[in-house]
Amino acid sequence: MSFAFTFHETPLVALPSGALHWPARDLLVVSDLHFGKSARAARHGGAALPPYDTRDTLLRLESDLTTTGASHVICLGDSFDAPEIGAALPEDEQLWITRLQAGRDWTWIEGNHDPGPIGIGGTHLAQRALGPLVFRHIATSTERGEVSGHYHPKARISLRGRTLSRPCFLVDDKRLILPAYGAYTGGLDTGAHALSALMQPNARAILTGPTPCAIPMPR
Amino acid sequence: MTTLPPSLQRWFDTRGWQIHPHQREMLERAGEPALLLIAPTGGGKTLAGFLPTLVELGETPPPGLHTLYVSPLKALAADIKRNLRIPVEEAGLNIRIEDRTGDTSSHAKRRQRGDPPHILLTTPESLALLTSYEDAPRMFAGLQRVVVDEIHALAESKRGDQLMLALARLSTLCPGLRRVGLSATVDDPAAIARLLARAPDPCAILTADPGPDPDIRMLVTDQAPPWSGGGAAYAIPAVLAQVRAHKTTLIFHNTRAQAEIFFHNLWLANDDALPIGIHHGSLDRLQREKVEAAMVAGQLRAIVCTGSLDLGIDWGDVDLVIQVGAPKNVKRLVQRIGRANHRYNAPSKALLVPANRFEVVECVAALDAVKAHDLDGEPRGPGPRDVLCQHILIAACAGPFDADALYGEMTTAGAYATLTRPQFDDCLQFCATGGYALRAYDRWQRLLQRPDGLWQLRDPRSAARIRQNIGTIQDTDTLKVRWRGRGGAPLGEIEETFAASLTKGDTFLIGGQIVRYEGLRELVVEVSRDPGKKPKIATFMGTKFATSTQLSARIVKMFQQDIWPDLPPHTAQWLALQRKVSRLPEPGRLLIESFPHDGRQQLVIYGFAGRNAMQTLGLLLTKRMEEMGLAPMGFVATDYATLIWGLDAVIDPAPLFDLDALESGLEGWLAGNAVMKRTFRASATIAGLIERNLGGQRKSGRQATMSSDILYDTLLKYDPDHLLMQITREEAMRGLVDFARIREMAARVGGRIDHVTLDRVSPLAAPLFLEPGRVPVRGSADERLLAEEVARLMDTSGLSDVDTPD
Repeated sequence: MSFAFTFHETPLVALPSGALHWPARDLLVVSDLHFGKSARAARHGGAALPPYDTRDTLLRLESDLTTTGASHVICLGDSFDAPEIGAALPEDEQLWITRLQAGRDWTWIEGNHDPGPIGIGGTHLAQRALGPLVFRHIATSTERGEVSGHYHPKARISLRGRTLSRPCFLVDDKRLILPAYGAYTGGLDTGAHALSALMQPNARAILTGPTPCAIPMPR
Repeated sequence: MTTLPPSLQRWFDTRGWQIHPHQREMLERAGEPALLLIAPTGGGKTLAGFLPTLVELGETPPPGLHTLYVSPLKALAADIKRNLRIPVEEAGLNIRIEDRTGDTSSHAKRRQRGDPPHILLTTPESLALLTSYEDAPRMFAGLQRVVVDEIHALAESKRGDQLMLALARLSTLCPGLRRVGLSATVDDPAAIARLLARAPDPCAILTADPGPDPDIRMLVTDQAPPWSGGGAAYAIPAVLAQVRAHKTTLIFHNTRAQAEIFFHNLWLANDDALPIGIHHGSLDRLQREKVEAAMVAGQLRAIVCTGSLDLGIDWGDVDLVIQVGAPKNVKRLVQRIGRANHRYNAPSKALLVPANRFEVVECVAALDAVKAHDLDGEPRGPGPRDVLCQHILIAACAGPFDADALYGEMTTAGAYATLTRPQFDDCLQFCATGGYALRAYDRWQRLLQRPDGLWQLRDPRSAARIRQNIGTIQDTDTLKVRWRGRGGAPLGEIEETFAASLTKGDTFLIGGQIVRYEGLRELVVEVSRDPGKKPKIATFMGTKFATSTQLSARIVKMFQQDIWPDLPPHTAQWLALQRKVSRLPEPGRLLIESFPHDGRQQLVIYGFAGRNAMQTLGLLLTKRMEEMGLAPMGFVATDYATLIWGLDAVIDPAPLFDLDALESGLEGWLAGNAVMKRTFRASATIAGLIERNLGGQRKSGRQATMSSDILYDTLLKYDPDHLLMQITREEAMRGLVDFARIREMAARVGGRIDHVTLDRVSPLAAPLFLEPGRVPVRGSADERLLAEEVARLMDTSGLSDVDTPD
């Protein structure tokens, strides 16, 4: 099950995984992949986290690409947890990324974790405009029709006395914010000031999970 | 016979004291490598531990550390320092005594490492930290004796395992080191002796005269306790009357929340304005110290407190101990009673105040057990390997080490005596590389082996991070509470989950005051004064205590009587009512009740098999209910019963108890359960995979919860046999899950299930709704509730017509 909605007169689909599908453009959008997060942690002298995060993210991405058959991909920034960390990934994971890119028009948007070129194929851009929409890492306060990531939004919802917390899309008339797609990513509560201030009062949250669904954005 | 040196003998004489036989014996056998003294509180236990040190040091000792004293509580170390200085100063001994805990200033700590006192008083965590420094060999040079106080309390937890690994290190540094353990009365002294001694050394056990039986009763009130509830508000007038009739009363509670509520009510009823204070671990340190000082000065008539005053602190003139709430555990009750009347050979006086009628039954059962000297205890298995991992890292902080030597050293700790070399190597690998099946980032491993075979930290800077995360106490994550405004004074701490439930304007109790929640600012809860009489939010969660299985058995036996002449009439009537509207649990049968409550369908199984087994039953039954489409939402287990709530009612419980169906596929179910994730989080933190402290800043607990669950799920998927997953399973089996008891219970019950369907909560089930430690079950109920809530939200917001799902 996925969730179809219209943003800026554009029909879009929110996938259970947190990816965004634009069928008319044959495009899949994902944000905040944070490849190489465990590698970066190990380099810093802390405990070695289970080094399975990158392949877990790749598995899901591969499955979404197969399901949607998308031939265009935009990664909305923070695709790599640190600028040069791509080169530190095990060889099979680097090859895996290359394999997914084969035959696809692939755009890496720059993020705060991975500014500038990152030494892996694909187009590197600060932002990209497509039809009525513009794709960038961090939302601006003025632009309209903007699709971004960065905040890792997560909605908390109270169900008869129990709390359910899920990564979510946030959408209002002006902007659409994607949840983080990477395996080792936390989330920012939609009630946080940064998100409340950014989103308009009528904003909705589209929860990821087995049955994506929209609710008024919890604040 | 050993005689005291003249200076000490004179001190005893001026006090008009005789040395106790067990104190003399400790002196005579001071040369033994390990000695365990079992003595009741007030038996001069601490002095017995220190006398050999005072004798050996004499009037003008040479500089250097002679004796290390370790206690489970910071407050106890401070108290001992105060009390020990009296004989030392009055006997004119030039002995330097200092304490070192988390509260000691960094300046004093630095000085202590360069110029240690003769006697250093500390805690297991501070000691572990000391052994992690490169200069540890110099600081501990010449150390002769180590005294472990209240060792019975340490023996029950990983803090004890941590301490014994630190002592193993000290014994390597100081080969002649002698160990002394001081313990309250316990059910199995030999087990504690094995823990204390350097394996395989023997450890002699000395037992002091236990003194007369305590004078302990249940407080009789005119007013009946409520059916459920934990506040004991009904007993306030009777408790105040007792406070008036005694010099100093300690009023113990099982949880901080109960202490706060009781103190608040006590204060509202305190028409004579008796000086009464409150003391518990969530209060700010300055506030606690103020109360402690007032207590020592004899300015307080009563203190409302929790376990923070539990252990061996000598508060002088306490002549009555009141325990509010059922004592849950006979051993703890006996140790608490020890607080009253510190004169040896005079009976201690204590009163039990049950908070509700079920607790009346528990109190009577506990009193019977005290009279029968029936102390409860649970044996512990071999030493947990998460603590071992932490100590490998600690060893690496102190300098390069040889793996063979470290293995040899660690297996001298009693709990680790059976640790195999491959098990040790797994832990070493975990510390070095993470120990994953996939070897991805070995060039950045944490420990590396040098060409000469020694192991060392790859990056010396990581020592600071490791030191910051030393310890095994799994505190719930707390947030500081302050008055709002610039430089607002600190009030104490509340649990993060409680803070998350607050919205602006909610009022709650802390430090006996009603405060209003204003908001969260940089992880500090800001509050303002509230003139209200009644807090809106009644409680914050507390520690859950397990009743011992011995007590459970006594209780179910009590239920079988036709009438209950030993119980107060109100409680006897309550049991009679349970018998009338439902049934009472019987041995050899299984009583199950179903009823709707709180918008959910409730199922109560009265298994009386102890908390671990009842928790296992909760896991098993929710799995079956999920398979049968009954949408269970969660469960909570006590020693007597398991309460399960869900969306659909159970019409016929018999098929749920099909043992084969229960056990098939259980591993998968268990692996995904919150119990396992909680266990993993604790072990991963101790073993050093998750760092709670980073650069002086504690990570917010919510963040930690998130990352540990993700790490757990990842390992389960890609590396299910990883060391930490093994440890998690071991720990869950040890502490939380008890399959054998369930099979035993099923066999005992056979098909004799009594299922009673009610239209409301039964008298016996009522207290279960207050139990902390509820375990959520995340299954089909989540999606069903979500669909329901989404429909409601979209309808009320008018958004329902906008989009349609694909």
